[in-house]
Amino acid sequence: MSENRKFEAGIGSDFSKDPVRIVFITKKTSAKVRGVLRDQVMSYPHVVLREIIAFELLTIVLVLMALFWDAPLEQLANPLLTPNPAKAPWYFLGLQELLHYFPPIVAGVLIPVLIIIGLVAIPYFDLNVKGEPLWNARRTPRLRIFCGIVLIFLMFFGVYKAWSIFVTTAIIAALAVAGYFVPAGRGSAIEYLRSRSLPWWLMTWFIIMACILTIIGTFFRGPGWSWVWPWR
Amino acid sequence: MSASLQSTLKGFCNNRVWRSIFRRAPARTNRTRSIAIFGNLFLHALPVKVREKSLRVRATYYLGSFSFFLFVVLTLTGIMLMFYYHPAAPKAYNDMKDLRFVVSEGIFLRNLHRLAAQAMVLAVFWHMFHVFYRGGYKPPHEFNWVIGVVLLLLTLFLSYTGYLLPWDQLAFWAITVGTNIISYIPILGKPTRFLLLGGHEIGENALLRFFVLHCVILPLAMIVLIALHFWRIQKDGGLTIRESDERK
Repeated sequence: MSENRKFEAGIGSDFSKDPVRIVFITKKTSAKVRGVLRDQVMSYPHVVLREIIAFELLTIVLVLMALFWDAPLEQLANPLLTPNPAKAPWYFLGLQELLHYFPPIVAGVLIPVLIIIGLVAIPYFDLNVKGEPLWNARRTPRLRIFCGIVLIFLMFFGVYKAWSIFVTTAIIAALAVAGYFVPAGRGSAIEYLRSRSLPWWLMTWFIIMACILTIIGTFFRGPGWSWVWPWR
Repeated sequence: MSASLQSTLKGFCNNRVWRSIFRRAPARTNRTRSIAIFGNLFLHALPVKVREKSLRVRATYYLGSFSFFLFVVLTLTGIMLMFYYHPAAPKAYNDMKDLRFVVSEGIFLRNLHRLAAQAMVLAVFWHMFHVFYRGGYKPPHEFNWVIGVVLLLLTLFLSYTGYLLPWDQLAFWAITVGTNIISYIPILGKPTRFLLLGGHEIGENALLRFFVLHCVILPLAMIVLIALHFWRIQKDGGLTIRESDERK
């Protein structure tokens, strides 16, 4: 090669790892590589194969369950014969349980709308995208605000005699506040709770609340939406 | 694999017919593996390469995949069920009886559809919570999270509209309870309920409307949004990998 060439040429040799490519690097302005993602794999076959296996597992489980578990079918629909209690599908029983405690405008409209708005808004609150622990900074003012808001909520639940919600909220809030008083570096479970962020606590409260209300609505409610024990 | 079998397979994949269908040689080099993804209508929603860390089971539990697969199962079993179903009262109920006692494997078909529906509601919820706890909603994934929330609502609404179709007591009163909640919405409540039911009471009109929503409108909306959801994962740079996973 002559001395006055302007670039060097190279070729990737291991074609099973890299697509074959020819690189021209000029001597004056060489390309900058910002970061190297070393652990990349080809989607074909790695992703495709895993998805196929997942689909097959799902199909097997579904078919086995469908063979032995019949879908329910009751009597023909009769507008004149109201069952007691009339229950919504299971995923709405949490809402139906709320209707038992709060006025319809709150339980049927306000709470579902707030839940949806809250879910949509989650990624747009950039105040805690890093998942910073709740009690890391400005500890005392945060504790005051946190306890104040929790107390307002508890009063609201108490006024409407929603004791299942009251007790669950109180327990979760107590666990969150406990992190304020526990010094860092204790046992792993306590340390785990201490290092949780505010969004984590809110979502965990929401999920546990939804599960408890759904379970109560499904198994513990009988005629006239009165409390029954499922094993009696 | 024995050598002869291997060469047979090679011959099977490397001929004019194969190449005319798949528009590429067998995927043995990374170039043809790339083409296998982006040259394929159904696979091109996937990125050509993914991070190995995002493939780990604990990263996703394949919950999004399972939600989608359940939707596929529901579409297939749903189409088959439509061959035996009339959205008219009380014929709809008689069709349920026929599925159980007359149609070969009819009860199995209905079981599969119902099970997959319940499983899909669970899978979509679980998927959302899992994404939340992994921080998958953080930039640049914000809008894909919003699409996900809409997909959750669509899933619930699909399941709910399907609930009325058997036209038995369970269906009728569950929908009564649900649609009564709608009428609590101030001003818009009563008109919305009327629009949804095609009348003041749940009757044949409501059954037909729920049928059209369940079998046409909502699945179409679902397909469009699922496509958008998948496409956005790729455009937003793949699945979220947490800093704590980066170190492992």
